[in-house]
Amino acid sequence: MSEHHDDLPAFCHPVSTKLLFGVFFGLIGLTVLTVATSALGTGLGMPPAFAFPLAMVIATMKAFLVCAFFMHMYWDKSFNVLAFLSSLLFVTLFIGMTMMDTGEYQPTIEAFDINNLANVEVSE
Amino acid sequence: MAVADSHDTHDDHHDLYDHGEFIAHHFDSAEQQFDSGKLGIWLFLVTEVLFFSGLFVAYTLYRTNHPEVFEQAHVFLNKYLGGLNTIVLLFSSLTMALGVRAAQLGRNKNCSVYILITMVCATMFLGVKAVEYSHKWDMGILVRSAFNLTYTHPTPTTEIGKALHISDYLVYLCIVPALLLAGFLAASVISKLINKAMLAKFMVAMAITVSGYFLGVVVGVIFMSATDAETGSSHASVIAEQPLMLMASTQDEHDEGDHDEGDHDKAAADPNHEGDHADHEEHFGSHPADGGEASFDAHHPDPSTLSRDVGIFFSIYYCMTGLHAIHIIGGIIALAWLYWRSLLGHWRTDYFGPVDYVGLYWHLVDLIWIYLFPLLYLID
Repeated sequence: MSEHHDDLPAFCHPVSTKLLFGVFFGLIGLTVLTVATSALGTGLGMPPAFAFPLAMVIATMKAFLVCAFFMHMYWDKSFNVLAFLSSLLFVTLFIGMTMMDTGEYQPTIEAFDINNLANVEVSE
Repeated sequence: MAVADSHDTHDDHHDLYDHGEFIAHHFDSAEQQFDSGKLGIWLFLVTEVLFFSGLFVAYTLYRTNHPEVFEQAHVFLNKYLGGLNTIVLLFSSLTMALGVRAAQLGRNKNCSVYILITMVCATMFLGVKAVEYSHKWDMGILVRSAFNLTYTHPTPTTEIGKALHISDYLVYLCIVPALLLAGFLAASVISKLINKAMLAKFMVAMAITVSGYFLGVVVGVIFMSATDAETGSSHASVIAEQPLMLMASTQDEHDEGDHDEGDHDKAAADPNHEGDHADHEEHFGSHPADGGEASFDAHHPDPSTLSRDVGIFFSIYYCMTGLHAIHIIGGIIALAWLYWRSLLGHWRTDYFGPVDYVGLYWHLVDLIWIYLFPLLYLID
């Protein structure tokens, strides 16, 4: 994976160009795949419900490639990796907690809408 | 990044540690300095992820509660143009990673070339983005409070717009890059005249960087006109169907909240006129401009649910892609700094931290786009 140069300091891990180009073409392939499945997916008999999860799975595969090799996470200190991945935990908490609360004001909104709609109809 | 004075005054340290030119005196070794910087940039990237996550929350919340809006709105985004931009950004990530490798091996010249390619890709991304934005502004696709979908493309009034048949907005978006280009070219000539060869080289590189923007604009315009027929993002035939589709799916929704917005009544179809679909189609087909709009207006005193909802999708779209574009601009500035230091030949096998850190930031910007692209462009 990373080249071994005896004269380099321990913290210097140049990634081989072969691997970098490999990752790049992998990313391009996945991009083409995600556009193609989006454009043709339902035409090829893919259930519409699959489209979003599939796009997210492909995006996550791309993100994995970028993180692991372009961002050197594969060779990085595990504490740095942990620090970065912990942010995803907090993002999950952020989205999760907010989603749990979305219904909170729905009755108020509905009541407001009904009143407004009634007003509009009266004014007409 | 703390940079020590080149003449290390701490003579007592010299026996124990090999302090390079850029190893700050408060670090024991090059490795300690590198690791500290690396932890720092990772923590910064954590804050960046959390910064963007607020917008992802808005997106998730809105898409969960109003999936139909996303179905309706995504047709206005050209997924092939978005795909092209994704590839440009991925390529810039590759050249960035190659630049980091070059810096790690102390190859300053290679590093400067890779960084220059990265910057050109970055500005090209922005150029394509400018084409996309101006195309939407032409159609009245703006943030929710200004959303006024007309499907018309106003004829350009600026001289350049008339000459090149491009949108006025695109001309406006090119003003700052054009000034920058002129400025950098002038600066390179002046630097040459006062015999500052390296500065001249830097200014030429900046001029090349800014020309990447115009390359992106040209590619974007060509690509958009070539793919329009497929995606239907501007063709009248497809667009004429949109209001019907939107009306049909928003028929029973009366969750309109704001009635004080004057722009609604212009914007779109009335949910209550199911029987008039054929009429509407005719209006749209025969009077793509104000005529069709006026007849809609007459039919629809009631502000439409559609315009509000689709407008909010584009509020989210502009916030997410706009914040991302600001990060690209920030990245270009950081890359320009790296380019300058590459010219000065600062990178060595035990000192390449800045390239690595900016590289990480650049990859994160790419990473965010990797998610933005399917979330915004590939809704089906």
